Amino acid sequence: MTDTTAAGAADPVPAARGRIAEPRARFRDLVAAEWTKWWSLRSSGWALVATALTVVGLNVGMAYDTYRYWSERDTASRADFVRDGIPLSIAFSTNAAMLLMPALSAIGATTIVGEYRTGLIRTTFAAVPARRSVLAAKVCVVTAVSTVFGAAVSVASFGLTQAVLSGRDAGVAIDHPGALRLVVASTLLAPVSALVGLALGAVLRHTAATMTANVLVLLLLPLVFGADRYWAAVVNHALPAGAWTRLTAVGHQPVTHPWTAGGAWTVYAVWAVAAAVVAVASVQGRDQ
Amino acid sequence: MIEVNELTKRYGDTLAVDGLSFTVLPGHVTGFLGPNGAGKSTTLRIALGLHDPTGGSVTVDGRRFRDRPRGLRHVGALLDAHDVHGGRTARTQLYVLARSNRIPRRRAEEVLEQVGLAGAGRRRISGFSLGMRQRLGIATALLGDPPVLLFDEPLNGLDPEGVQWLRGLFRRWAGEGRTVLVSSHLMSEMENTADQLVVIGRGSLIAAESLADFAARGTRPSVTVRTPDHDRTALTELLTGEGAEVRRAGGALTVTGLSADRIGELALRHGVLLHELSARPASLEEAFMALTADSADHVTGAAR
Repeated sequence: MTDTTAAGAADPVPAARGRIAEPRARFRDLVAAEWTKWWSLRSSGWALVATALTVVGLNVGMAYDTYRYWSERDTASRADFVRDGIPLSIAFSTNAAMLLMPALSAIGATTIVGEYRTGLIRTTFAAVPARRSVLAAKVCVVTAVSTVFGAAVSVASFGLTQAVLSGRDAGVAIDHPGALRLVVASTLLAPVSALVGLALGAVLRHTAATMTANVLVLLLLPLVFGADRYWAAVVNHALPAGAWTRLTAVGHQPVTHPWTAGGAWTVYAVWAVAAAVVAVASVQGRDQ
Repeated sequence: MIEVNELTKRYGDTLAVDGLSFTVLPGHVTGFLGPNGAGKSTTLRIALGLHDPTGGSVTVDGRRFRDRPRGLRHVGALLDAHDVHGGRTARTQLYVLARSNRIPRRRAEEVLEQVGLAGAGRRRISGFSLGMRQRLGIATALLGDPPVLLFDEPLNGLDPEGVQWLRGLFRRWAGEGRTVLVSSHLMSEMENTADQLVVIGRGSLIAAESLADFAARGTRPSVTVRTPDHDRTALTELLTGEGAEVRRAGGALTVTGLSADRIGELALRHGVLLHELSARPASLEEAFMALTADSADHVTGAAR
């Protein structure tokens, strides 16, 4: 936008000062601003550290329990232990995933709900009237931070749990069947959850409502819609938690309604993209 | 220049702004006055693109503010000094906003200095007093060195020295050819601040004119005269004979239609003793009260 000086010339009063040519608006300036916003709040960093320690701690704790109360003494049962995929189910436990999801969605939601709560959103949008660009910048920063966070937590969990299990000679390497998929699926659970939180926050704008909705969508729906009945399973498979369960399933446990890993990856992608679109669209056509 | 055209805003059943039109010219400090709930903040929010109008439009320098990708170089605004995150420092807050508009970082330091917060830049905003927050809001408005400045009740929370300082700034910006719009619900705040007035009540325009014209609408200038009891009737007849309007108020007379000089002359010529002769200029406050009395949302008591 460069047409900044046209109006001033015709005014009968002295032309306003300071109207130097305006530089072209760049999206990356908005991303940089959002990046600084994120890291300039102490709570953002602490929330990530606390979540990381808890998630990794849960997984390592489980590995340590297995190590401590090791009962499979002979070589054959140890092979069964590995073949059934128990090392992988310990590498990133369901409990850890159930904790990671609401924590990351809360962190994602805070980036927008925090602005509505304080009123900062009006200052932000008065400085950048292109509201959708602001939300798109938030999507970028939330995605980047949560993906790096997810990777760090998943890799640390896998590495540490398998190191502990190695003490019983029962750990597996990353090239073990299903291991890499488990690490990647657990990594991406973080950005998917964070984007869901951001979208719900942008739509609902209130802290309590957003946090309730986060827990409802990410944790309660998978409980209500179990994977046993057909229609419930259809819903279950369409949820991020269901997709994570499918992608991290190991061994040969029978499943009532089987589905493909490709389908599960698609569920991840659809949730992430839909959340991003909802977050960006939510600021249009509503009073701020 | 700000142009408000047939602006209407409805929130559910409430009509906050009702067919409002006025123009704010550059080179002046324009006071935006009205009782609480008159629609001032709504109008300013629409001007800043934060709320969408139900009908009509507001343009700033010929364009809807909402259509500009970045705003700080076009309009500087302070709507509410609390619209910040208390967890950040003043510097970070300004730096983030500057960055989003591609304004160099040093500009944040400059405006902090200008508003007298250079020493508090590294402190968290949560520890700021209302006055300091107002100053930070003013610094924010100045970041882009904009030709148009909007302030919603900016004098709230400032100490008398701060009020003086801000009035000086308003006048300086207007002198530089900027458009300065300052809202208030107190006439007394505008009396020494604005030279143009836009007065609204219940979302509609009541007056848009210079401060002097507005003052002339209200009570006419009057003169208070006190004389000894035995001279009062004689003086009343004398002044009425000259075409003045005389009202008796306690022991004094309130005279309209004659200047104090003329009354003094008449009294001297007719040998009437005067104990007091004082001119009372037209009161802006009274003019404002009279004009907005019908449109005030909550009129207290029976003061009508």
